[in-house]
Amino acid sequence: MTLDTTDADGAADPGTDVAGAGDLELRSLTKRFGDYAAVNSLDLTVPAGAFFALLGPSGCGKTTTLRMVAGLEVPSDGEVLLGGVDITWAKPYKRPVNTVFQSYALFPHLTIHENVAFGLRRQGRSDVNGPVGDMLSLVELEDFAGRKPAQLSGGQQQRVALARALINEPKVLLLDEPLGALDLKLRRQMQLELKRIQLGVGVTFVHVTHDQEEAMTMADTIAVMNAGVIEQMGSPNELYENPRTTFVANFLGQSNLVDADISGRDGDDVVVDAQGAKVRIPADRVQVNDGKVWLGVRPEKVFLASTGEPHTGNSLGTARIVDVSFVGVSTQYLVRMGWGQELMAFEQNTGARPIMRSADEVEVRFNGAHAFVLDHAQDARAGVDED
Amino acid sequence: MSGPAASTATSTETSTTTPRKRRSIGWLLLLPGALWLAAFFVTPLVQLVATSLYDPNGSVEAGYAMTWSWGNYTEALDFYSEPFIRGFVYAGIATVLCLLIGYPLAYAIVFKAGRWKNLMLVLVIAPFFTSFLVRTLAWKLILADNGFVVSTFKTLGLVDDDGRLLATGFAVVAGLTYNFLPFMVLPLYASLERLDHRLIEAAGDLYASPAQGFRKVTLPLSMPGVVAGTLLTFIPSAGDFINSQLLGDTNQTMIGNSIQTLFEAGSYPAASALSVTLMALIIVMVAIYIRRAGTEELL
Repeated sequence: MTLDTTDADGAADPGTDVAGAGDLELRSLTKRFGDYAAVNSLDLTVPAGAFFALLGPSGCGKTTTLRMVAGLEVPSDGEVLLGGVDITWAKPYKRPVNTVFQSYALFPHLTIHENVAFGLRRQGRSDVNGPVGDMLSLVELEDFAGRKPAQLSGGQQQRVALARALINEPKVLLLDEPLGALDLKLRRQMQLELKRIQLGVGVTFVHVTHDQEEAMTMADTIAVMNAGVIEQMGSPNELYENPRTTFVANFLGQSNLVDADISGRDGDDVVVDAQGAKVRIPADRVQVNDGKVWLGVRPEKVFLASTGEPHTGNSLGTARIVDVSFVGVSTQYLVRMGWGQELMAFEQNTGARPIMRSADEVEVRFNGAHAFVLDHAQDARAGVDED
Repeated sequence: MSGPAASTATSTETSTTTPRKRRSIGWLLLLPGALWLAAFFVTPLVQLVATSLYDPNGSVEAGYAMTWSWGNYTEALDFYSEPFIRGFVYAGIATVLCLLIGYPLAYAIVFKAGRWKNLMLVLVIAPFFTSFLVRTLAWKLILADNGFVVSTFKTLGLVDDDGRLLATGFAVVAGLTYNFLPFMVLPLYASLERLDHRLIEAAGDLYASPAQGFRKVTLPLSMPGVVAGTLLTFIPSAGDFINSQLLGDTNQTMIGNSIQTLFEAGSYPAASALSVTLMALIIVMVAIYIRRAGTEELL
């Protein structure tokens, strides 16, 4: 991969970045299983106190990365630093890092109280009752202290796992798909809960997930991982609005990608020839200087104008509506362009305009500041949810 | 069920017929085992208890009279307290040795053997391919006075120059340990195999050193295996007579030998009284043990 994974604020470059007091730093971290590199020379800095998400499809190396930070997996190469201290080779039980496991891994033979007290007891603390009580009230499980894990629901077990890890006041809390086993409604509720707890305790959270919505809801910074490397890192808004690779464009939300060529420059804009239509895109949203590119526009950024409506912004030319799906808050249109490609357009049902019908002819417009231009060498289907 | 209409039957109809049908199938499945137990366990047991109360002056040829002779019990205990105690001590030592050898073995098979796991399991049960008696006879040769074990022990000074291994408590306990080790390893293997490896990782993540993780997580969660293994080793060892007979002499008599000798001599009431006493003692010990181990809910 030759992609530039350095993010706008330079956080991914360990050479120029001075780590803060409690920052978690990964330097060329690599894990090979035989010939296969699960994690390939990963550089990453997670600032202290951040809610950081490692987002990617299964098998992208995110869990392996997390396990190397926890000390449960030995790196093949590279370093893990926490607050400037090299912990690459430290035993898991000697790291100020705790994990909320995917399956919770609660001790079935111990009560909830003893599960939560486990870490404190191992550190030789005898006055565990106070902290355990506080922690159980933080996760609203005071009444369950005497029960065994099997007597609790999935959501309650999840909160116990969180309390059991947080009570140790780790410098970094690692969460491995913590909400994966919960149903949708409970997951939404726990997302808000986790965010509330993170803001309350101020501990650095590193959250591994394959759910882009979960990552965007909770994290202040997301690193999108694919095939052992970080594709792009930034705030949810930044990643969504200005993706730098086709993988990010497709994995976070949906994108229309149109085959296009760069035809020149005009001031701060790059002029792109998209199947005959000349469109202008701000230069900071263009990843390549010349040649063939993918012009990307999110479906909700596409405006379908009746032909002849006054012209503003860029136009991709006329199209015919082939499918209309009414989903309540919005209407999703599928339109066929003159060159045969089908594009998606989502429009909010504000009531200001009537809903269009199949076979209507429309003009496809968008604002150049909402589009992005990507390297054509990348697979246009990368990161598309196949389900 | 009404044939063609079955597929369109309402859910209430199916939910009332199915459980009743299932219950009757359950009883049917119990029947062969219940009949077997009644014929070959309950009947002999009743007969054994009855025999233990027969008139001790009778004989197999002349027949026995039921005289409710409780004296059989007091007499048996008076005469045989020594082999009783020795039997339990030997069985106890053999059980502890089996646990000390078997736990690391089972642990290694589960967590360290990798692709050799199945082969190692086969090796654990391989001795069962030959008879118990033949294997114990083989130990008689191994521990024989002119065998290599004795000569090696003599060189190392572990045995006096005129000492021997056969006909010692050491030989009997070694034989018991050897013979019952698989009964310890297999339940331990089963309970360790079932252990979720992520729990050990979680213990490490929560500041438990490997030793603490073992003591606080692995060991408590493998207690069902420990309890099952110790019971499967202790109970048959306590009643065993083959090891004592082949590897020991009259100074190593266990209660099993006494019972066997009495049966062979035709003293059925005394032998039965000893058997019932042995059984009762084992049941009491096991009950106390299970309570103390605190594994009722895990069993």
